[in-house]
Amino acid sequence: MNAIEPVVKPQSALTFYGVVLPSRLLLGTAQYPSPHVLARAVEASGASIVTVSLRREQARGRTGERFMELIGSLGVRVLPNTAGCRTVKEAVTTAQMARELFGTDWVKLEVIANDDTLQPDVFGLVEAAAVLTKDGFKVLPYTTEDLSVAERLLAAGCEVLMPWGAPIGSGRGLANPYALRSLRAYCPGVPLVIDAGIGAPSQAAEAMEMGYDAVLLNTAVAKAGDPVRMAVAFAKAIEAGRTAYEAGLMGMRDMASPSTPVAGTPFFDLGAAPGDE
Amino acid sequence: MTVATKLALKISVNGDPVTTGAGSVAELLAELGFGAKRVATARNGDFVPAHARAATRLAHGDRIEIVAPRHGG
Repeated sequence: MNAIEPVVKPQSALTFYGVVLPSRLLLGTAQYPSPHVLARAVEASGASIVTVSLRREQARGRTGERFMELIGSLGVRVLPNTAGCRTVKEAVTTAQMARELFGTDWVKLEVIANDDTLQPDVFGLVEAAAVLTKDGFKVLPYTTEDLSVAERLLAAGCEVLMPWGAPIGSGRGLANPYALRSLRAYCPGVPLVIDAGIGAPSQAAEAMEMGYDAVLLNTAVAKAGDPVRMAVAFAKAIEAGRTAYEAGLMGMRDMASPSTPVAGTPFFDLGAAPGDE
Repeated sequence: MTVATKLALKISVNGDPVTTGAGSVAELLAELGFGAKRVATARNGDFVPAHARAATRLAHGDRIEIVAPRHGG
C-alpha cells in the first residue's frame, strides 16, 4: 500500500517593512467584554500584530499601565493607531506620542474626514504620511481603494497600504470589490491589508482570495457572541482564502460546463423525447 | 531679597481647566500626581518628548495633553 504524502506547501511569508510576520490576521484590541477575553481572543487568532491607541489619562488611573501589562504578556507586535485624528498635525503628534510610549516606529495612520462614514481624509493622509516617513516612521496608512491616492502614499514612503473594505465598524464586507481588485492589480508586490468593514469570516476569505495580503479587524471579533471562537473562525477563513489564492482559483464562466465527461454518456444518441427532462 | 512668588497659570489639561503653579511640563506632571507613570505629552498640539519636559515652560492658555496606552482598532 502506498502512503499518500501530503503535498500542501506552506503559505508564503508576509513581510511588512522587512519584518516577516507569521500571521495574516491583524487584530484590534478594543470593545472586548473583558481583558481576559481580549487576551484569549488574541491567542486564539494567532495574530502577530495587534492595534492599540492613546487616550487621555487620569493622574490616579492605572488603565494605561494595566493595558500595557496585558499586551506585554501576549508576545505580539503592537501597531499604534491615530484613531480619531482629524488633521495632519493631530495625527503627526499622536504618532510621535505613540512612538515614545509603545517603543515602535510603526504607525497605523488614520486621518478621519467624516463622523458618519469615518472615511479617510486622503489629502491629510498623504501629507501626514510624508511628514511621518521623513521623521523615521514606518507608516501603514488607513486609506480608500483609490488608485491615485495609493500612488501618492507609496511616493510618500509607505511600504504597506491598508484600504478599507467598508466603513469602520459597519461589518459590510468588501463594499467595492471591483475597485479593490483594481487596486490589487495596480500595486503588485505592495503588501495590501484590508482594514475595516469586515463583519464575517467569509468576507475575510473573499479579501484573501482576491490576493490581499492580510486582514485587519476588530469589531467582528470583539462584538461576536463568543469572541474567542470567532477569532478562530477568522484565522481559518484567512488561511483558507490565502491558500486558495496561492493555489489559483478557476475563472468564472457565464454558462454551465459539465464536470462529468460528456463522451460515453448512455443514451446520448437518443435525444430527449418531448416532455422529458 | 524679594520673595519669589509662583505665578498661577491658567491652562487646560486634557481639555479641563487647571490652575497651576508649575513652570514646566515636568513640574505639571509631578503636581498633578502622575509620578513615574508611563504617559506621553503634548503642548499646544506639539509633541513634548519625555526628555524635553523639564525644559518646556508653561504659559497662560497652554493646552496640555497627557495620554497613555489604550485599546484600539
